[in-house]
Amino acid sequence: MIIGSALAGLLLLGLCAILLHRLTRVHELIYAGCLVATVVLVGDGLWHIVQSGHEEVPSVVLPFGLPWLHAHFRLDSLSAFFLVAINFPAALASLFGIGYGGHVPHPGRVTPLFPLFLFGMNGVLIADDAFVFLVSWEFMSLSSWLLVLSDHTNEEARKAAMVYLVMAVFGTFCLLPAFGLLAGSGGAYTFAAMRAAHLPALAGSLVVLLALLGTGSKAGLVPLHVWLPLAHPAAPSHVSALMSGVMTKVAIYGLIRILYDLRGDVGWQWGFVLMVVGAVSAAMGVLYALMQRDLKTLLAYSTVENVGIIFIALGLALAFRDHGELALSALSLVAALYHVVNHALFKTLLFLGAGAILQATGERNLDRLGGLLNRMPITGFTFLIGACAISALPPLNGFVSEWLVFQSLFKGPTVAHWAMRFGVPVVGVAMALAAAFAATCFVRAFGIAFLGRPRTPEARHAREVPLSMQVAMAVPAFFCLCLGVFPVTVTSGIATAVEPLVRVKLPAAMLGWPWLSPVSLTAGSYSATMVLLTGAALMVTTLLVVHHFGTRKIRRFPLWDCGHPEDIVNAQYSADSFAQPLRRVFGSVVFRAREEVEMPPPGEMVPARFSVTMIDPVWTGLYLRIVRIVDAIADRVNVLQFLTVRRYLLMMFLTLVLLLLVVAVRQQ
Amino acid sequence: MISVQQLPSLERYAYDMAHLIGAVILMMSFGLLYQRRMTAVIRTYSFQAMVLALAAAWQAFVQEAPHLYVSALIALLFKGVAVPFALDWLVRRLGIHRTVETALGIGPTMIAGVALVALSIVLVLPVTASAAAMTRENLALAMSVVLLGLLMMITRRNAVTQVVGFMSLENGLILAAVGAKGMPLVVEISVAFSVLVAMALFGIFFFRIRERFDSLDVAYLETFRGERR
Repeated sequence: MIIGSALAGLLLLGLCAILLHRLTRVHELIYAGCLVATVVLVGDGLWHIVQSGHEEVPSVVLPFGLPWLHAHFRLDSLSAFFLVAINFPAALASLFGIGYGGHVPHPGRVTPLFPLFLFGMNGVLIADDAFVFLVSWEFMSLSSWLLVLSDHTNEEARKAAMVYLVMAVFGTFCLLPAFGLLAGSGGAYTFAAMRAAHLPALAGSLVVLLALLGTGSKAGLVPLHVWLPLAHPAAPSHVSALMSGVMTKVAIYGLIRILYDLRGDVGWQWGFVLMVVGAVSAAMGVLYALMQRDLKTLLAYSTVENVGIIFIALGLALAFRDHGELALSALSLVAALYHVVNHALFKTLLFLGAGAILQATGERNLDRLGGLLNRMPITGFTFLIGACAISALPPLNGFVSEWLVFQSLFKGPTVAHWAMRFGVPVVGVAMALAAAFAATCFVRAFGIAFLGRPRTPEARHAREVPLSMQVAMAVPAFFCLCLGVFPVTVTSGIATAVEPLVRVKLPAAMLGWPWLSPVSLTAGSYSATMVLLTGAALMVTTLLVVHHFGTRKIRRFPLWDCGHPEDIVNAQYSADSFAQPLRRVFGSVVFRAREEVEMPPPGEMVPARFSVTMIDPVWTGLYLRIVRIVDAIADRVNVLQFLTVRRYLLMMFLTLVLLLLVVAVRQQ
Repeated sequence: MISVQQLPSLERYAYDMAHLIGAVILMMSFGLLYQRRMTAVIRTYSFQAMVLALAAAWQAFVQEAPHLYVSALIALLFKGVAVPFALDWLVRRLGIHRTVETALGIGPTMIAGVALVALSIVLVLPVTASAAAMTRENLALAMSVVLLGLLMMITRRNAVTQVVGFMSLENGLILAAVGAKGMPLVVEISVAFSVLVAMALFGIFFFRIRERFDSLDVAYLETFRGERR
């Protein structure tokens, strides 16, 4: 009821934005409305998790949709969890939009679609039949496609929108037959009927594969990620935050819904596949991110990495469940969902930070920023917290979820099969590599953008953004800390949410409240509260010791100038030079990175030039090949366009006779 | 109004009569394939349409469905009189060759036609095993007429003969429609009107081709589009 009115409100807001687009301050009103609606949805989701827990919730049937199938909606604990995880960042993005929405290139093309985008995502979460699910899914895809296209005068945005549209169509094209197979020949499209149905082995595997392709293309799994680093940065920043931080989570919700709920018994082999694909995505995604100069593209690639980590945990949960290790399965699923919340939080924070930088300087290129920390202290500090969280530094939230994923990964060999025994260490290494690269990546992003000296006049004249935008960044930063410091509260909440899926509740707090010890009492435990308290105690002690026992004599020395005695800003580390060591070690293999130095001949006064060329292996190796094959087929088939009238008739006639012959023969 | 029930002596002929009329329509389709002269093609078509009108009238009588009399009237007036008259006028007005130009010889066309009739009988009779006998035979005959109409369209070069093939195909459709019980009149009327519109379009089309190429051989169109040099 509350959810329904909130969603109707969102639809109405979209309509209002179109009708009232002439009013000057209308976008502030619309974003404020979105803020209210999303806060209401967060509250409802939380209330549902706390109150009703895991009792059976009846489906709400509304009399619209297909004539023979009414629209079914249902809010179970999984939906409620995702309702919170999705609408909280959405509320922040709305708050950010109040200050930011008027500064985007075409506000009139963004404001009406923003509430509709939110509407589509929430519709996916509460759908209880395949029709509502797919319609909401497409609503989400199309509205976000239009948002990507909002800066339609930009050639790159148009290209990004085109690639996104193709991939979105591909995703839905995969999900459609997946639901068709789940529904069976009877056409039972409600989720309740799908849960009860039993699928033959081949159809069951096909469902899993199609669901993986369909949701994976939306979540940005390698190699289906190509649209993501193009489309996410092309949208306005608060929309990028939604697409990267939130829409990928809707895709993950779809996968969990199909794999864990609708299709009950998935073999461990699929868990293995999910795990390996996740590991590849994690390692590749962050390696791509490390090479980017554009801040928003970097963040988009980092999303690929984090989605990969979530998929590793999801795959482990599947494998454990098939082997009857329900407690471990619950642990992996809790780890995955914990990372879902965390990534939604800090990716939103970071994209909003990138938006603040964009508004203050008009720049996204790291090499044209620098020294922003003094000019934009709040943005800088919150961005730093987000960067620390995404680099998995304790006591922030990113550490807890990645630690939980590692804990479940170490238990992977419990599944007694050589593939898992050999696969788990490889995946573990890939994930550790990804974690280290992520730290490097964000040291680079923060250091180049916020530290050092400004590289351009735009960066030098940057001013702090308005208060509403600062609040929109400060709130997620605060929650990054909270979710990191009180992990047990969060895991027990998530454990309640996933209990119906894995049929067991994770015994999270074995050692009492502040200690998170998921596996056993002795194997591993972590308490961020204690880490924080210990760290604070050590700091205070050091401070006291230094103050008491240090000398008070004043000494005068020349200030260390960081090796830059002259004021040449280009002599600082640039984004490219910071990445050079890793580019040489990994990039020369993966991206075929080549560095070329062009020296002028002696006596010439032109400057020497240094250039780096890189090739995207997925794009050239896979997508360009597909494009070439499609082109070749199109060339062959093109002949059909230039036949004579009689030939066309002849073809129709022969096809008809052939089909009739088939019918005649099959009757015998 | 008189009906079969009032004349019991006629009742046992209901099926035979419908079958006979359908067979005559089919024979006319073969006749269309066989004719070598343009005027004869149009005459044959006209005769086929009139027999179709008779079939509709007979069905109206047997099924006691008065709206089928309207169908019969439409078939008689439009297809039996108006369309052949218009085609005749076109042929005379445009001074078209009086011989039919074939893409496939008469003999092979006839053989293909017989094969198509066999195919439709093999196809329709088992499918409609549960239906009443009258509908079954009628459907097989109608489908043969449709297929022969298509065959005529692809084995004749001249645009006029192609149009006649199309009209004859449509006769087959109407034959199937009047045989089935409960086909609403609206459907038939709309089909008849669409055919009339098509006829008008074809007429304009003929004039335009003729103006440009001095012939109605559609091969000239291909040259015009640049595919055959």
